[in-house]
Amino acid sequence: MSEGVEALIKTTKGVKETPNNVGTAPINSNKELESNTTPGVWKSLLSDLSIGAIIPVVTIVVWQLAGNAGWISAEFMPTPLKILDALVELAVSGELIHHLGISIGRAGIGFLIGGILGLLFGVLTGLFRSVEYLLDPSVQVLRLVPHLAIAPLIILWFGFGEISKVVIILSGSFFPLYINTFMGIRNVDNKLFEVARVLGFSRYQQLRRLILPAALPSILLGLRISLAVAWIGLVVAEVIGSQSGIGFLINEAKQNSRTEIIFVGIIIFAVVGKLIDSLFHAIERKFLFWRDSYHG
Amino acid sequence: MGDAMLAISNLNKRFDTAAGHVQALYNVDLQVQEGEFVTVIGPSGCGKSTLLRIVAGLDSGYTGSVTLEGVQIGGPGIDKGFIFQEHRLFPWLTVEKNIASDLPLGNKEVRQKVDELIELVKLKGFEKSYPRELSGGMAQRVAIARALLRNPKILLLDEPFGALDAFTRAHMQTVLLDIWRTNQTTMIFVTHDIDEAVFLGNRVVILEPRPGKIRNIIPIDLPYPRKKTTTSFQELRLKVLNQFEKVDELELTDGAGI
Amino acid sequence: MTNQAVVVRGSSRPGKAATIGLGMILPASVLILWQTLGHYGIISELLFPTPYTIAESFITLAIAGDLWTNFRISAARALLGFLLGGGLGLLLGIVVGLFRRSEKLLDPSIQMIRMIPSLAVIPLFILWFGIGEESKVLLIAKGAFFPIYINTFMGIRNVDNKLFEVARVLGFSRMKQIIRLVLPAAVPNIMLGVRLSLGLSWLGLVVAELIASSSGIGYMISDARQFADTPVVFVGIIIFAIAGLLSDSVVRLIERRLLRWKDSYQG
Repeated sequence: MSEGVEALIKTTKGVKETPNNVGTAPINSNKELESNTTPGVWKSLLSDLSIGAIIPVVTIVVWQLAGNAGWISAEFMPTPLKILDALVELAVSGELIHHLGISIGRAGIGFLIGGILGLLFGVLTGLFRSVEYLLDPSVQVLRLVPHLAIAPLIILWFGFGEISKVVIILSGSFFPLYINTFMGIRNVDNKLFEVARVLGFSRYQQLRRLILPAALPSILLGLRISLAVAWIGLVVAEVIGSQSGIGFLINEAKQNSRTEIIFVGIIIFAVVGKLIDSLFHAIERKFLFWRDSYHG
Repeated sequence: MGDAMLAISNLNKRFDTAAGHVQALYNVDLQVQEGEFVTVIGPSGCGKSTLLRIVAGLDSGYTGSVTLEGVQIGGPGIDKGFIFQEHRLFPWLTVEKNIASDLPLGNKEVRQKVDELIELVKLKGFEKSYPRELSGGMAQRVAIARALLRNPKILLLDEPFGALDAFTRAHMQTVLLDIWRTNQTTMIFVTHDIDEAVFLGNRVVILEPRPGKIRNIIPIDLPYPRKKTTTSFQELRLKVLNQFEKVDELELTDGAGI
Repeated sequence: MTNQAVVVRGSSRPGKAATIGLGMILPASVLILWQTLGHYGIISELLFPTPYTIAESFITLAIAGDLWTNFRISAARALLGFLLGGGLGLLLGIVVGLFRRSEKLLDPSIQMIRMIPSLAVIPLFILWFGIGEESKVLLIAKGAFFPIYINTFMGIRNVDNKLFEVARVLGFSRMKQIIRLVLPAAVPNIMLGVRLSLGLSWLGLVVAELIASSSGIGYMISDARQFADTPVVFVGIIIFAIAGLLSDSVVRLIERRLLRWKDSYQG
């Protein structure tokens, strides 16, 4: 259980949002159907956008004005413009790119190791019952531990260096991929297995032509969740202790009471996290075009 | 036929699709008397379900007039009971609560009526069961009881037994006739099964597709209870069947009405 | 997301006792190896205290009452944050799910806030609220809010249109439609949201207490780490695991009761 579940929820959301009946009451949906002429669509989309923008825009304007008037202290909440200034300054000086590069590198290495291990063990437990009986109970018990709770232990073991950060990240990204790979393989439709047997597939062909393609959606979902967890693990690892990276930037800013830099850091975390997720979402879509129920 | 309970006159309904217009119903005229049992039969795409849904108030956007006891139908309501092909019970409610639905079971009157109806549809002992524990026929009986609790002036049934196996279906037909004779509720029953139409109805309304219109109305003046094996039944059955010989596309078996 | 829904394929499975036995092989041998190696000083007792030492430390802490005090504080924080965030999520999920207008107004903003990783805002919260209770409870609440919000919203939106037709035919009032149809139909989704939220609450608690706290299990761990009291770190981790498991089991029990009517309920 982790922030990664948010990615999971996102997926279910994506899948479920599309189907026909979005109207709560049929009365609504009828009305909307009628207005579904092409110019009407654009008009209503535009009005939806502007309604949705009301709260953010008003908040930002009030925030800026209140800051200008000195009603809220800059140390507590710097104005949007000041945050923007800080962002530009960090970007121009190259600091932002430097720290972001380090962060992405850490998350990438941790995710790669943890993900590959998760995939490997997931495939093994999925394919071989004996491995499952031997391994799965232990993995399930370990999974109970909130993965970030072992961060102190990892720091004790490996110190504050790069290794602990990578280990914290990989320990988080292991489980989603493991579980989803395992489940994906186990949930392959039994009927298709019968088909494979009737067609006389060899064991290798079964794996290559049936099991892996059928498990792919689940594996890709695990991949996305793992990435999300890796990214969140990075945040925590860097905030707890580090000399570089976006988390360090935030932590240092906190110590120097440069609140606007904290905001910049948070925004960078959010935006990069979103970008990574969108990227993998696109990859997922490319791979899963054959699934008729897939709308994510 | 001036004092018909349900009067449909000059009813037209068109569906606009990307491929063009489909004339679902074309100049349909039909009168149903109080207490009558009318069955509607036709191949898929003849608009029989659409006709029923318009009478129920579920579909709109038609031209012509549809009146129940002289009042134009505005929307769905409890004066018109509707049985769908699937039972559509609320899965989280027990049998008795499903029958009561939005009415309080704590109310003495409701409670008594629900108990009576459970007796009527022969579901005693299953009051506390959930829909998933019922067979298809039982679930459909609950749906019928649910509709009857509201004392509808007319009960509209849209291929209610279409998904049941032949034996259950025959059983449900007798159950429904029992209910009809006990309650004397006016019924309009849509089906794609000729036997069923002749077995149940006072009159069989035959629809033809493209555009959906009434081909013929055949009165069935056999006394109830009817037997499907008698010669008179078979003669009437053939008479109905002959109507379809003239229909170009005979698609009676798949029954996937619109 | 457990492996209960596994499809059994052909091959005969060993009995339950045998399965448990097989599953125990690995942890048991690891424990024995660990204990033996530690006992003979082959691995550092400082970094890998033996299972025995950990158990001892557990008992000592339990008797001294530290464990219970810290646990109570942590549980209270998690619960408070969960109730606050979850309650708000449920409320807004219902409002946004039921009324299109409120969806257009609120949902875009809520989705924007959702993009911000809750754990990244910890420093900001600490700056704003200090390391007092507010920062931790709010952090947990932020994590707990979204799963319940999204699942409630989705649950309400995905009510079967066919059942809406039934409600219309049966003449349900607008109020009855909500109480008798929309909300019961959304319960499975809402319960899923509750479970996800609870998991996030514990995670948020762990991180919040590790980073900024002067009490609670997370603090106990963090404090023990500074003094290299490794057994206590292990005890704290175990407590977190057990607490998470227990709370999830309780919700599952409730879920099972509420969803008795469901056909394919597999927990």
